[in-house]
Amino acid sequence: MDAIVDFFRVYQTTIGVIGINALLALSVWLTLYAGQLTLGNAAFMAVGAYGSALLGMRVGVPFPVGLALGAALSAVLALPLGFAVFRLRGVYLAIATIGFGEVVRVVLLTLPFTGKALGLNGIPPITELWHIYLSLAIVAYVLWRVQHSTVGRAWAAIREDEIAAASQGIAVRRYKLAAFVAGAALAAWAGGLSAHLNFSIEPGDFGFTRAVQILVFAVVGGTPSVAGPILGATLLTALPEILRPLKEYRDIFAGLILMGVIIYLPRGLVTLAELRKTRRLHEIGAADVA
Amino acid sequence: MAEQLYNAIFVGSIYALFAVGFALVFSVLDILNLAHPVVFMLGAFVALFFMSSFGVPAALAAVAAFVLTGVFGIFLDRVAFAPLRRRGAPPLSAMISSLGFAIVVIRLMELRYGPDLTSYPAGSLPQTVLQIGDARLDGLRLLIIGLAIILMAALTYIVRATQLGRDIRALAENPRAARLLGVDVDRAIAATFFISSGLGGVAGALLGFAYNAIYPQMGTPYELKAFTVMVVGGMGSLPGAVLGAYVLGIGEIAALVFLPAEFAELRDALAFGLLFLVLVIRPRGLLGHPTADRA
Amino acid sequence: MLLECDRISKRFGGVHAVAEVDLAIAPGQVFGLIGPNGAGKTTLVNLISGHLRVDSGAIRFAGADVTGLAPHALTTRGIARTFQGVRLFKGLTVLENVLVGRHARMRSDLLRRLWPRGTPDRADRGRAGQLLDRLALGRPDALAGGLAYGDQRRLEIARALASEPRLLILDEPAAGMNPPESARLRELMRALVAEGLTIVLIEHDVRLVMGTCERVAVLNFGRKIAEGTPSEIQASPAVREAYLGSEDAA
Repeated sequence: MDAIVDFFRVYQTTIGVIGINALLALSVWLTLYAGQLTLGNAAFMAVGAYGSALLGMRVGVPFPVGLALGAALSAVLALPLGFAVFRLRGVYLAIATIGFGEVVRVVLLTLPFTGKALGLNGIPPITELWHIYLSLAIVAYVLWRVQHSTVGRAWAAIREDEIAAASQGIAVRRYKLAAFVAGAALAAWAGGLSAHLNFSIEPGDFGFTRAVQILVFAVVGGTPSVAGPILGATLLTALPEILRPLKEYRDIFAGLILMGVIIYLPRGLVTLAELRKTRRLHEIGAADVA
Repeated sequence: MAEQLYNAIFVGSIYALFAVGFALVFSVLDILNLAHPVVFMLGAFVALFFMSSFGVPAALAAVAAFVLTGVFGIFLDRVAFAPLRRRGAPPLSAMISSLGFAIVVIRLMELRYGPDLTSYPAGSLPQTVLQIGDARLDGLRLLIIGLAIILMAALTYIVRATQLGRDIRALAENPRAARLLGVDVDRAIAATFFISSGLGGVAGALLGFAYNAIYPQMGTPYELKAFTVMVVGGMGSLPGAVLGAYVLGIGEIAALVFLPAEFAELRDALAFGLLFLVLVIRPRGLLGHPTADRA
Repeated sequence: MLLECDRISKRFGGVHAVAEVDLAIAPGQVFGLIGPNGAGKTTLVNLISGHLRVDSGAIRFAGADVTGLAPHALTTRGIARTFQGVRLFKGLTVLENVLVGRHARMRSDLLRRLWPRGTPDRADRGRAGQLLDRLALGRPDALAGGLAYGDQRRLEIARALASEPRLLILDEPAAGMNPPESARLRELMRALVAEGLTIVLIEHDVRLVMGTCERVAVLNFGRKIAEGTPSEIQASPAVREAYLGSEDAA
């Protein structure tokens, strides 16, 4: 019993980070599910992190309200962005969102009240593990149900073939925007939780590298189901800890594992469970994400 | 003023050599090669290796950089991209695979050389300074600009006037038709990576010579700029990449000159703001083709 | 008139893909649309289904002006279509494809899904199953992308019918079909019309068109060059001239 308590105490932060990364991975998964490849969710995470931290520290807003406002602010930003880019596909959309992400990062470096390059310090560490995991449980449940509803089916149709989807009565732009904005709000919520876990944040935490990392969680974990991104985030966040004995060779193995998974399981780790279906999809050359 | 322009053209030349290789792979295979910054960095270190271990003159070392990174590019394709092509995997998988590859190689280089700056052997780099009117211009940079122009001219020749170039263009246009028409697809792809990585490698070596400071992560900032260059110039268009590179180079130096110091960071935002605007208003960029990737 | 097109035009660059085409399609028939390759048939269909915007002219459906509406809005109003070359959702199952087709008619079940009580979409699944039976599609859980070509075509028709359209546009449904399959398609179309559907049939298989349609319009170079009953069309010199030299000559 003691051993378990000790384990938790030592790894508490890591467990918290796993939960937050799972939320972030789900935020990207959501937009991927609707056929949009986004690398902007790190920027939305930043909006939520800075937003909730500033509102809490400077204005005295209670924690959950701060989180909600951060998410709302992200949604408000995501809407015009989504409008502007909804016609872009695949790589073009990815690059547009990268551009957006960099603009946000630079704005954070320039605005006076964000602490610029030094970031915000002294954020009260009020995030508890149960906040993170309750959020994750609710989000995962909702996304799972949505996936199997008409909305989820509409997203899947859009992902497969937008033109055909439009002819089935699906308002493509509205649905894409919904996924995009929901993903942004979710990323912001995770960002708010993250800011209050870490005492301090700086713009460099939310750049291109972070965005790619989140995408990798979702893709490596697997896109067919909600379990995928959660699995991917858990394994890849825990990986540095697991590989700790390898010391300075850690990253090398991480890179090799990444390559291995993506080459042999292009649809992600969860497809191990459905290997037959995956192989059939290869045979028919089914349209995949992005 | 003249000095700033000179600098802008120098910076643009490096961007151009880097971006054109990146754009070449994109136009032929529709993938973003996130390991491209790695060959850039390797070129610089290959040159270092030859110069410090064998006392090879810088010019020859640059040639070695071109050849060896070109070959390395073929290796990169075999390991990271070819298996995915065989499975018909989407471009996203290729991006992530190249990312993993990049992580491994950069880490290996960090283990060998350390993450900090390394310099070329003393006295191995030319130090001439030219006086043109009021301006004092670094001769090495002039040489680099000239070399970049020669390389890009050579690339243009290869793409336009050789059988190989025709094969590559056919592959870029329509892979299935190219295969049916008897194009040796494997050879064309290998050539694409050789050229792309070779150019990237020589760009890294030349940049390394100019700044005399190299480090394993040196390619990463260029990667993001390459996105802007490609988008502004036109995705997949080689002349577009060159044009976009010089536009960006001039734009950055102009921002440096005209923006007050506190807004130095905004300079980067300008590049991305530009990228963003172009994507939204004219996704095909300056010279790209209207693409099938739009709704 | 169910569908009316008033002098609609569409240009691409300098080329008139569709030039001042008038159509008036009455309900309860199979209306054929034929013409040599490149005549503008598919562009016309894309204009009617909302995937392209007309440069000039107007489109009316069931009396209401629908010019410029997006595809999904037209589907809600009752226009459905299939695509040349089949555009199925390959990664989804056969049943899921048809369920997506019912999107316009399904009530948004999002809230009911979150607290599910029983199977919220049982009625829709039943309807989808009926369509699959009617179109002789046996395995609802098979992936659409793995189906044989003929099955894929029929699945696309089932998907289009799932939205309970009043007007169904079929874009070259018989391409690649053998005679027994074409015959079954013809029977299906007649049966659907008997049930109250109106069909617009674009086809190269002239025998199928002449044998199934009440009226036929002929396009060439973006213009309507003839319209009438099948026998009138077959007798028309203008039509003969349009097809002369093309491999579609009847």
